[in-house]
Order: sequence, then C-alpha cells, then structure tokens
Amino acid sequence: MTTVPDWLEVVLRAVAVLAAFLVLPLLVGQAEHKVMAHMQGRMGPMYAGGFHGWAQLVADGVKFAQKEDVAPRAADRAVFRLAPAVALVPYLVALTAIPLAPGVVGADMDAGLLFVLAASAVGVLGTLMAGWASGNKYSLLGGLRTAAQLLSYELPLVLAATSVAMAAGTLNLTGIADAWGPWWLAWQLPAAAVFLVAGVAELQRPPFDMPIADAELVMGPYTEYGGLRFALFLLAEYAGIVVLAGLFTVLFLGGWAGPFAHVVGWLWTLVKVFVVSVVVIWIRVAWPRLREDQLQALAWKVLVPVALGQLVLTGVVVVAS
Amino acid sequence: MSGGPLTGLARGLAVTLATLGRRSHTAEYPDHKPDLPPRSRGVIALLEENCTVCMLCARECPDWCIYIDSHKETVQVEGAARARQRNVLDRFAIDFSLCMYCGICVEVCPFDALFWSPEFEYAETDIADMTHERERLREWMWTVPPPPALDPGAPEAKEVEQATKPARGPRAERTERPERPSRPPRPSQGEAT
Repeated sequence: MTTVPDWLEVVLRAVAVLAAFLVLPLLVGQAEHKVMAHMQGRMGPMYAGGFHGWAQLVADGVKFAQKEDVAPRAADRAVFRLAPAVALVPYLVALTAIPLAPGVVGADMDAGLLFVLAASAVGVLGTLMAGWASGNKYSLLGGLRTAAQLLSYELPLVLAATSVAMAAGTLNLTGIADAWGPWWLAWQLPAAAVFLVAGVAELQRPPFDMPIADAELVMGPYTEYGGLRFALFLLAEYAGIVVLAGLFTVLFLGGWAGPFAHVVGWLWTLVKVFVVSVVVIWIRVAWPRLREDQLQALAWKVLVPVALGQLVLTGVVVVAS
Repeated sequence: MSGGPLTGLARGLAVTLATLGRRSHTAEYPDHKPDLPPRSRGVIALLEENCTVCMLCARECPDWCIYIDSHKETVQVEGAARARQRNVLDRFAIDFSLCMYCGICVEVCPFDALFWSPEFEYAETDIADMTHERERLREWMWTVPPPPALDPGAPEAKEVEQATKPARGPRAERTERPERPSRPPRPSQGEAT
C-alpha cells in the first residue's frame, strides 16, 4: 500500500465502494425476489437471463430507464426531482465507512459508527421530500408517517448502537469488530434485537411499511413517481438493507470474526451481511403490517426501555470488568 | 410481554421457512402444458359430417352466437319414385366473444356433431377474429379426448343399455293395459308458449 500514491488509493477505494454499492443491493433484491417467492410457494422470476431469472433486476432497470419522466403539475418540481437522489446517495456515503475486513474499508474513520448512523438517517429525508413535494394528499400523509416513524425509531437504534460502542470503548467500526467476542452474542442480544427491529423500521420495510401502506395510501410518498426516479427509491431501499445488514454484522456479529479470519475475513463479513439481509426479507414475508399506533407503541413502550436496560447492563459490565 | 403475539410471530417464521424448503407446485405454462381433465370446457368443436342443419344448437344458444347457413340439395336415389332432399351445410360459425360456455348446444345436438374440447389457446387481438368458422371448428375436433371411463358402480350409458336389452316378446303375451282416463283440455294460455 505504501507504493500507491494517495490520489490513486482514494480513487480505487471510491470505485470499489461504488461497485459494491451497485452490486450488493441488486443481489439483495434478487434474493428478495426468489426467497420471498419460494416462501410463498411460488417460483419468482424464471425467464430473464435464462437461468432462474438471474437478470430480472437488469431487465427491470432497462424497463424503468425507458419510461417517461413525469412530474405532476401541482408538484414542487425541484424538490420532487431531487428527492430520489437524496434517498439514495446517503446510503452510498454510509457504505464507505463499513469495513469488510481490517483495512478493507472505503474510509476508516475514528467516529465511523456516528458517521454511518448520521448518513443513513439522511436517507429518510428523501422520502420526506418526496411526500411533501408530490402535491398529493396520500404522499403527504405517507411523508408525515415517515417523519413520525423516523423520530420514534432513531432513538432505540442509536441507543442500541451506543451500547455496543460502550462495550467496545470506541466509535471506530473496525475497532468495534476487533473488540467483539463470541459472548457478546448473549451479552448484547437485547441491543441486537432492538437494532434489527429499529433498523427495519427505519427502512420502512414490512412489517413497518405504514408510510407506504398500499391499502391506505396507494404507495405513500412514492405514489407520483415513475420510471427511473421510482427505481432509485427501490434501489435506495435495497441499499438501505445492505447498509443495515453491514452495520449489524460489524456491531453485533463481529464482522470478519470466524475461522481463517486473517485470510477470508471479508468473505465472512459478506456471508453475515447476506444472512442478515435474508432475515430482513424473511421478516417481511412472515409478519403482518403494524398499525400506526402499534408502530409507535412498539418503539416507545418496548424498544426504548429495552435499549435503555441494555445500556445499563453494558455500563455495569464495562465498569465492573 | 405475553407469549401470545410472540408465538404467532414465531409460527409465521416457521411456516414461511417450511414453505421455503418445499418445491413449489407451479407449472410454467407456456413450457409445460396444463394437464386438463377430459371434460374441460375449452372450446366447442364441430364434427360437421354429423351435422344435419337441424338448427337446434343455434336456437337454443342463450346468446345466439352460432351462425348456420345451408341450402337444400336434391339427391336421386336408385329405385325411388321421387328425388330426396338433403340439407347441405354452407356455414357454421361460433362467435367465441359472445359464447358463455354453457354447453347447451353440445347437450342439445341430437346427432353428436358438437363436442367439448379442452383446447383453450385461441386468444385473438381483435374481437372480430373471435368468430371461428367451421374449418377451425373441425380442426378442434382432433383435440377432443375420448369420453372418460364411467365411475365404478355407475349405470351403463343409455345407448349401451338400449342395445343390450333382451328383445321384446310377442305382443299377445302382454297383459292389457287399463284404459287411461282422457286428459282434461289444456289451459289456453299454455299454448302461447
């Protein structure tokens, strides 16, 4: 690494992160297509690309790109057009700080955990902007639900992450994963559960998809979107799953910890990310959607107390040891 | 928290996971033709050799989707005093955009000229093309499956029963029937129908 000039290293890392950002969400999306289909006794896409529909998302992308870019007359055009980018780009930014293995990371920051949480929280802003700018009452209602959901679930998410940061004594993601030990699986289990639930809720995925509840709000904030801009929102959702799974892997599953970690550590990280993504998909398939009041009650009456209790437990153990 | 909702959620996960492990029953239609039962109502086929242009099907059709044209032909029969007349079919068409697949025409045909075929792939892009002429109806005749075997214990078909019945004895052996009372005259409004 010492022979590589700085500018080249920056470019290479940026390109690698971009490649991961373009490939991993598609893999997760394809996995969702197939896993969800088979969980529901279907087959999912079978024709695109020839072998079990592997190219379905490529075909979808081509279709979305061909469509007309329409903005409603009542829409706030500038905000309306900007919203999909605001939804998508923060996840790209967040992905740069998630390490695959020691040194294999877009940007190794001292406050990496804070950076990822802050960046991915911006992503929800895109949904808010879309809801506000669409000039559609369903979009607006969906946007407001998004805002309420963001406010409620950001707190347990951050508290659960704080617990891990306290346990590791650092905010650096590589440091957290290095400090991880197998007994954390039991010790940090409540925090892990809270983090996963709150993370799925942040992504507005079922069973927390109240903002886009199609039976009530058509498609929520995305109602007026079509073509490539709608595809960007979809891509943002899957990128969000990747970021959530990556963060969960690093915080609670030890990242690259596993047999032969010094050789294939990055592979362990990827496998864990994929497993967590499948769990997120599995939750979506198996569980019904929460009502808006249930959604809020779950955040404030269950997740926040559990996260606070975990924080106390972590504090006691860290001080005692 | 009580165990109620949590057990429900766990069961949901278990069911989806079990389904994930099983093969789906999906038959990929254009590649694998469906295995249709023999009495499927796909399309109505015409065996025009059996048709005598009696027009019963066209008349009984509830939405009048059967079109029949014909003319009469005289046939000279050896040794007959007069020439015989015979109906010749000119056109037999069914408009499948109107047909509601009730099967009354198949039931009512006295000469077994109409049959149900399980063939169903005759979609068209124009509704006017849904009227199929007798050539097409005759082609569908090749897709009509043989009648399925009777259920065990079922009574024989009427035709078979008729053919295997022992011949009647001489008339004289039969006992005289009692005289039937004469029927009352029918009410006049019944004749209108």
